[in-house]
Amino acid sequence: MLCDSCSERDAVVHLTTIENNAVHQLHLCERCAAERGVETTVATPKHPLGEFLHEVHSKVASSSADTIRCTFCNTTMADFRATGRWGCARCYTNFEAGIRELLRRVQGNHRHVGRSYRPPMSESLERAAVLGELKDRLRRAIENEQFELAADLRDRIRVME
Amino acid sequence: MSVDLSLLPDGGVGWLDASGQHSDIVLSTRIRLARNVEGFAFTGRARDGERLRVLANVRDAVGSVPSLREAVMYRLDELPPTSRALLHERHLVSKELAGLDAQHPLRTGAAVFLADGLGVMVNEEDHLRLQSLRSGFALQEAFAAIDKLDRDLGARVPYSFHNEFGFLTACPTNVGTGMRGSVLIHLPGLVLTKEIGKVLASLQQMGLTFRGLYGEGSEVVGNFFQISNQTTLGRSEEELLDQLLRVVGHVVEREAEARRVLLRDAGYIIEDKLWRAYGTLRYARSLTFDEAMNYLSGVRLAVGLKLITSLSVYTLNKLLIFSQAAHLAFAEGRALTESETSLARARYVRKALEEEAGSVG
Repeated sequence: MLCDSCSERDAVVHLTTIENNAVHQLHLCERCAAERGVETTVATPKHPLGEFLHEVHSKVASSSADTIRCTFCNTTMADFRATGRWGCARCYTNFEAGIRELLRRVQGNHRHVGRSYRPPMSESLERAAVLGELKDRLRRAIENEQFELAADLRDRIRVME
Repeated sequence: MSVDLSLLPDGGVGWLDASGQHSDIVLSTRIRLARNVEGFAFTGRARDGERLRVLANVRDAVGSVPSLREAVMYRLDELPPTSRALLHERHLVSKELAGLDAQHPLRTGAAVFLADGLGVMVNEEDHLRLQSLRSGFALQEAFAAIDKLDRDLGARVPYSFHNEFGFLTACPTNVGTGMRGSVLIHLPGLVLTKEIGKVLASLQQMGLTFRGLYGEGSEVVGNFFQISNQTTLGRSEEELLDQLLRVVGHVVEREAEARRVLLRDAGYIIEDKLWRAYGTLRYARSLTFDEAMNYLSGVRLAVGLKLITSLSVYTLNKLLIFSQAAHLAFAEGRALTESETSLARARYVRKALEEEAGSVG
């Protein structure tokens, strides 16, 4: 069966809509369905998101897009196209331009405005950061001749070291 | 080794108690957050050893997270299929984590931590799927609980976070807040008055989507729908939940109105139909899952309309869970064929209804 919209490709999405209690049936190919924003649960070899992103990327980086590999997990655009899943957090940096475009399309936005997050620092890193800050303050206190404060800071640094 | 559900304080099904708001229409509220642990490839790309290290890191952290201190851990990768199916039927783990369909084979390191109304799935599509489950319509309570869990766990395990894109997930449809709030809702009134098409179409315009009883890709049976937010990026957690709260509140009102119209305009037809559903469940000798769900939907509506008064919503909720194939096999203590399952289901439903039958009718 051919697609009702483009009459070129095979229809793989069979959409039933109810309007004014009348049932309408529409048979669409993957691409026309995607253009209409229809989510498909049909198992197709290519993931629609991947195909879309591939198009974006080919515009950006011509035909070399498929050979770019994520530096951390080795995922390629071809992998994403097959599974619709990224391989690791670093993929978001490695394929950033394409991802921004993709997110605009699938999420209507590319900017997170929800809760912000800072990963916990390891204990030694955190200690080093605090110690560095105390030493900075000590230096400034001495420069400004705030000797009482400097003595206090020096004691705190001694305890930490 | 089989799963010992008695380790869980309430068998993991406290959300069935029908205590929440609008519990005859809204069965349960669930919020899940997708998170990944920094420094490891996402689950689908990770090697067995990496997944085991993710699990070990999470396991170390969980001990000092207050809301998970009493949590029970199940290693899915060490359980037989029947036990994994049992956890899935209780909505405690996803089909993917349970490794129950051919598309998603069981992964090494697949595990779940379960505490009162809270759960953490490890090595699902994302390293972590935090979830909070509540009876009835309780988005704010569910969010408060999961937000606390998320902050406590995130302070001990480093999550992958990007300043522009938010919490990073394997699938781009989850990135940002990583949050999916969903409400399991029973809408027989809207289906019978043929209003459901309009309601479902308007959901999509409001940035929401719907699915069947078991989430993504599952069929709608028994007039049960799961309504959830479609997008996860570009709006804050509070905005996403607020939208869901308002729209679901509106759907609940529309359902209540449809029920009033049905009683007013077709009272005896509806009454007859619902009592027939009850009669079938009470006396049938063999029931398929779909049949049971559809008749239970009718009886649930009859209880909501107060046509049947001595049956509790709690009993109906329990029937939804305990009349499923893996639960019946568990109760019988052996594997059942399809026809044996239908016989066991009818027997189980009959018995449950008999026990409450005292003054029905």
